[in-house]
Amino acid sequence: MSVVLVGISHHQAPVELRERAALDPERARELARRLAGERGEAVCLSTCNRTELYLAEDSPDEAERKAEAALLALEEELGPSLYRLRDEAAALHLFRVAAGLDSMVPGEGEILGQVRGAHHLGATGPILDRLFRDALHAGKKARTETAIGESPASVSSAAAALAEQVFGELGGRSVLVVGAGEAGELAIKSLAARGAVIAFVANRTPERAQELTRRYGGTPLSLDRVAGNLEHVDVVLSSTSSPDWMLSRAEVERALHARRGRPLFLIDLAVPRDLDPAIHELDGCYLYDIDDLEAVVAETLAGRRREAERAESIVDAEAERFREWQASLDVVPAIASLRARAEEIRTAELDRAKLSGAERRAAESVTAAVLNKLLHLPTIRMKQAAAAADGVIYADAVRHLFGLEDER
Amino acid sequence: MAEFLFWPALLAYGEAAVAYFGEARQPGRAGWAATWGVRIGWLVQTALLGVQAARSDGFPWSTWGGSLNLFVWLVVGAYLIWGCRPRYRLLGLAVLPLAVVLFALARIGGGTGTEGQSHYSNLFLVLHVGLVLAAFAGFTLAAGLSALYLWQERRLKRHERSILRVRAPALAKLDDVAARTIAFALPALTFGIAVGIVRLEDRGGGYDALMAVTVLTWAVYAGYLALRHFAGWRGRRAAYLVLAGFALVVVVRLALPVTHFAA
Repeated sequence: MSVVLVGISHHQAPVELRERAALDPERARELARRLAGERGEAVCLSTCNRTELYLAEDSPDEAERKAEAALLALEEELGPSLYRLRDEAAALHLFRVAAGLDSMVPGEGEILGQVRGAHHLGATGPILDRLFRDALHAGKKARTETAIGESPASVSSAAAALAEQVFGELGGRSVLVVGAGEAGELAIKSLAARGAVIAFVANRTPERAQELTRRYGGTPLSLDRVAGNLEHVDVVLSSTSSPDWMLSRAEVERALHARRGRPLFLIDLAVPRDLDPAIHELDGCYLYDIDDLEAVVAETLAGRRREAERAESIVDAEAERFREWQASLDVVPAIASLRARAEEIRTAELDRAKLSGAERRAAESVTAAVLNKLLHLPTIRMKQAAAAADGVIYADAVRHLFGLEDER
Repeated sequence: MAEFLFWPALLAYGEAAVAYFGEARQPGRAGWAATWGVRIGWLVQTALLGVQAARSDGFPWSTWGGSLNLFVWLVVGAYLIWGCRPRYRLLGLAVLPLAVVLFALARIGGGTGTEGQSHYSNLFLVLHVGLVLAAFAGFTLAAGLSALYLWQERRLKRHERSILRVRAPALAKLDDVAARTIAFALPALTFGIAVGIVRLEDRGGGYDALMAVTVLTWAVYAGYLALRHFAGWRGRRAAYLVLAGFALVVVVRLALPVTHFAA
């Protein structure tokens, strides 16, 4: 059986095309069932960056044709963007995808769950089941043995990670949000995901502030009450479109006395900036604006790319193991037939010997041991030959020499 | 036997100190190698102290070199409580080079052999020397934590790009752990000093400069805890105060013991 992959990804297809080829879980399950048919195997992996169909069939040409047709049925214009890979190349591709090495942001963590989901929804048999299990293993290994997924890859997650550098775990830390724009909301999500509590949301329009407090908790505030609440919070997140400072150095300095040495972390995502840069000079105050955060993200992405090189070698080794396993399948039927034939002869000869119960048990034990020792080396050698791509020749030779019949 | 154990312990600490520099440059395998270097070195040094205790008639660490040997063991042992955690590995960058130097000085001072004898009673030495050294080990670690705090704080203030690549413990955590370490070490120093004073009153004898500096050290750390509790001292100011106290510990440990031990 061969493994065939046909798909599109962010490398060749713009989002306008990818969104038309995207499959929800139910459609991915149905398509996998349909493509697998009676004897084949199929898995549909659909994420925001890719839609890929993995098939395992005896006829790779036929499988490729079916997969292409299925994708073109979703969107006719996909044709020039499609890529097609087989066997080793297809396996290596999936392993790289699972490790996040083919993602827009190297090492992003979401893809591993998406590969797991596709595996569960797929119509898998021995080949694709093993392929996806090995891919998940490779993905986890790349993440645990390298730092590819550790650093934040966006401004909002970098802001939250920097807050952790000041406070440690953010569980229970309170946040004052100034301005309720889209950029601010992403940062709120990152902070809340790490356990921070949204204490206050201040906005020019009270309705928008109330909307955010309904979703993330906290109390709506008017903008003129921001400075007065600084002593109650640990993080200030500002992203208004105001041309003036929302907080001046003097206002923050006044609040510091009441804070009794507790640090204050301020995130300014606004352009023009909302927070007086002189706040950063105050003892215990750490102010990061959008440029500071982007510089940190650029550095962490560079670090991810360096780690990606290490992850590539892990993925290569895991893909090689899968290739060896797949190649060994060429000789498995021949090995099974050889062992069955040997066992058949052994049993027949024991029956013919007409032994007593005790004699039979002793002879069974001795002959089984002889058989196992005799067949051990040929079995190992055939598997090694299969890994070196000579498996079929060896399997044919064994069948010919011993007169074996097996299903090919 | 004791001499035979000194070299592998020193080698393991040395390896760990070098590996911590590697970890600071490129986090990963070097951190793992450093942690195991510390663990192995500490276990070998524990065996060394065991051999010294078994072969000696009295308290074997009553000399200047011997007390330095015990001090290194206490510092590294206390460091191991946190040092195995990846975020705290950077603390090893401050602690291990210091441990290597002090351990080598302990050998030069004759503190790693089994020849040492003391005319003081064992109970007095265990209580006085043991408690004071344990307290100083705690202050040394607190100083390491405070130095790490100042370094990390400086990186945040400078908006260093690599701040999320080479990660240190959070500022609040460093501040808190340093304070807790001092809160444990100060009572030990208090009892150690008290035992020394009781014996001095009992047997007679004069006060020396070491005792004055030790009491001053006690006052600095007691002041630190009081200011922290009552005046909300946190962060940079508190870290500088811990380092000032540690400067006195260094004076007590390295400069004055010659006088005190001779007395």
